[in-house]
Amino acid sequence: MRLTIGWLYPTRMNIYGDRGNVIAMQRRAEWRGLETDVRHIELGDPVPEEIDLFFFGGGQDQEQIAVARDLAGRKGDALKAAVESGAALLSVCGGYQLLGREYRPHDAEPLPGIGLFDVETVAGSERFIGNVIVDTQWGELVGFENHSGLTFLKGDARPMGTVRVGRGNNGVDESEGVLYRNAIGCYLHGSLLPKNPVLTDWLIGAALERRGFQLPLLELDDQFEREAKISAMDRAVKTR
Amino acid sequence: MIAGGIGRVRLMAAVAAAKGMSLAIRVSRRGGGTATPGLVADRIDPNLIASVTSTLPDGVVIVAGTNGKTTTSRLVASLLDAGGKRVVHNRSGSNLVRGVATVLALEASVSGKIPADIAVIESDEAAFPQLVSLTKPRMVVLTNLFRDQLDRYGELATIANLWAPALATLDPEASIVLTGDDPGLVAVAADSPARKIHVSVDPGGYALAELPHAADSATCRVCGTDLSYTTLTISHLGDWYCPACSWKRPEPDALATNVRLDGVDAAGATLRFGEEPLIDLRIQIPGLYSVYNMAVAATATRELGVPAGTISRAVGDFSTPFGRLERFTVNGRNITLALVKNPVAFNETLRMLAGGPEGLSLPTLIAINDLDADGRDVSWLWDVDFEILDSGESVVSTTGIRAADMANRLKYAGLDIGRIRLLSQDLRAGLHAFVASVPEGERGFVLATYTAMLGLRQVLVDDGVARAYWEE
Repeated sequence: MRLTIGWLYPTRMNIYGDRGNVIAMQRRAEWRGLETDVRHIELGDPVPEEIDLFFFGGGQDQEQIAVARDLAGRKGDALKAAVESGAALLSVCGGYQLLGREYRPHDAEPLPGIGLFDVETVAGSERFIGNVIVDTQWGELVGFENHSGLTFLKGDARPMGTVRVGRGNNGVDESEGVLYRNAIGCYLHGSLLPKNPVLTDWLIGAALERRGFQLPLLELDDQFEREAKISAMDRAVKTR
Repeated sequence: MIAGGIGRVRLMAAVAAAKGMSLAIRVSRRGGGTATPGLVADRIDPNLIASVTSTLPDGVVIVAGTNGKTTTSRLVASLLDAGGKRVVHNRSGSNLVRGVATVLALEASVSGKIPADIAVIESDEAAFPQLVSLTKPRMVVLTNLFRDQLDRYGELATIANLWAPALATLDPEASIVLTGDDPGLVAVAADSPARKIHVSVDPGGYALAELPHAADSATCRVCGTDLSYTTLTISHLGDWYCPACSWKRPEPDALATNVRLDGVDAAGATLRFGEEPLIDLRIQIPGLYSVYNMAVAATATRELGVPAGTISRAVGDFSTPFGRLERFTVNGRNITLALVKNPVAFNETLRMLAGGPEGLSLPTLIAINDLDADGRDVSWLWDVDFEILDSGESVVSTTGIRAADMANRLKYAGLDIGRIRLLSQDLRAGLHAFVASVPEGERGFVLATYTAMLGLRQVLVDDGVARAYWEE
């Protein structure tokens, strides 16, 4: 059995060790005996049909403009269609913002997103930096936020979780991230997945289920993952 | 006249206050005392740096860059010293504005004069514009521009945006010695009226096969196309060109060729300036980084009038700045301590380990902290190519505040669980357990982030193995 991972803009949207998420997806699938195939989807590349699981990381402002332009139209539609049909997706920071409706900078034209998530982001004046603990349907997740964009959920959009320590989407409503079908947008670097294996396994499980496999994933020895999560939570409590 | 008189009194008061403060800190054994006295002096006379440096007959050299600035600035100071200049230099790695003020205040006479010909100032990235404006340097030496401590500086582009205007204010008589292999640096310096002296390295057989993951994406400053490379040395450094327009690496004014790397011990190269006689360089610090550092320092000091033979000899005699790469004998084990502060430096250190005679069989300890000076976000560990270690046999131990994150990173890099030892977060316990695991008479390698390096060094000082850094 094969898990095909689509990594959106690995060259341009690649900041704060976000590739750790792709490594975690790959390893935890391989440790269960699955084959993995990581496809890089760069500017101008189409979205391959066979992607089971997408990852979309953060980037510097200049890069985000080029990526927003590339996603407009057919490519963004293909990505939305994949998620509508159950593909799993994790997006972080800049990737999260570009999958929302739009991003409004201080002194430039709004940057349109593809509207997969019913969220809007406006440039803020303060940068939220630090360790974060979020309570979610998968239990507590831990990560590191570093953003000045303020993201607000619209309509029926559902947050990924509630911030216990840290600032979250906008520093106001205690929400963090968004969850839509099997797709997640959030502000958690860290890298997120290696320290939160429960989330990695949920994404892999959702991707496999879409392919018609209903197997409980084999248990793994997660001692280092647990220790890493505990020390990150400890830092979150002590430093914020 | 009256204003001048008051200014002079304030300067004298500032110098005296800083001297008194430093003495008090040392007597009370609270640490090196490299920043606080400067803060006091800075309060009293914010103009101290400008006043004191303006009296230097040979002016000021500022050294900045993400990696290698401490080693390079020390090299520049040592080579000038060997060339007979009296040099004032912020040696303790205290490179913020107040650290520089401290060094100058402590070296100055009570009247505010320094018994030196020239100042070599290592500058922190963020402090660079202010130090340029205060000292009006005759020369700026720029090593490279990498992604480093992003949670402190924001994005890489921010540093470039800080530097370009500062460089634009330089005097046309001033010079900039810079690594021409770094397209980002070349772009930052492009609009400066100062004379540019470009240094490049021809890596020969040590070239990289492909752009590493940690490399910052390099695009053409003219047309925005992704740059291509004829050869790559470290990260995004190399012989670069734009495939779409004519922007490319400037013709090197100084080129290091015939590069020889001796594992974890030393590095050598031949430095060529056009048609002029060559300078042979060999330094007792390993890695391709050392080749860049010595090539840049040799080019800068040659420009400042130090003879080639003196440069060659002084580079050979140079010893490592504390913690950058030091060797200690601990309970009969040979322990090497190296600073790893960002993905690029970490990758180079791993490459150097892999290239040594023992290959990847050396027991290794990795110490990761997440305090301000380390970067509070440990995400960067995922940008380091630890996958290179999965072909080795050595046991890799981890310690420091984020020891568990490091152990987890090694697991996901593909190392067998049996090769990963998660030791105590406490550096003293971690180091002692690691040393005990190294067979007597054998070598062990310790890689540490900035504050972890300081902590480990303190353990070695307490154990009577190392000297305190402010005593150096």
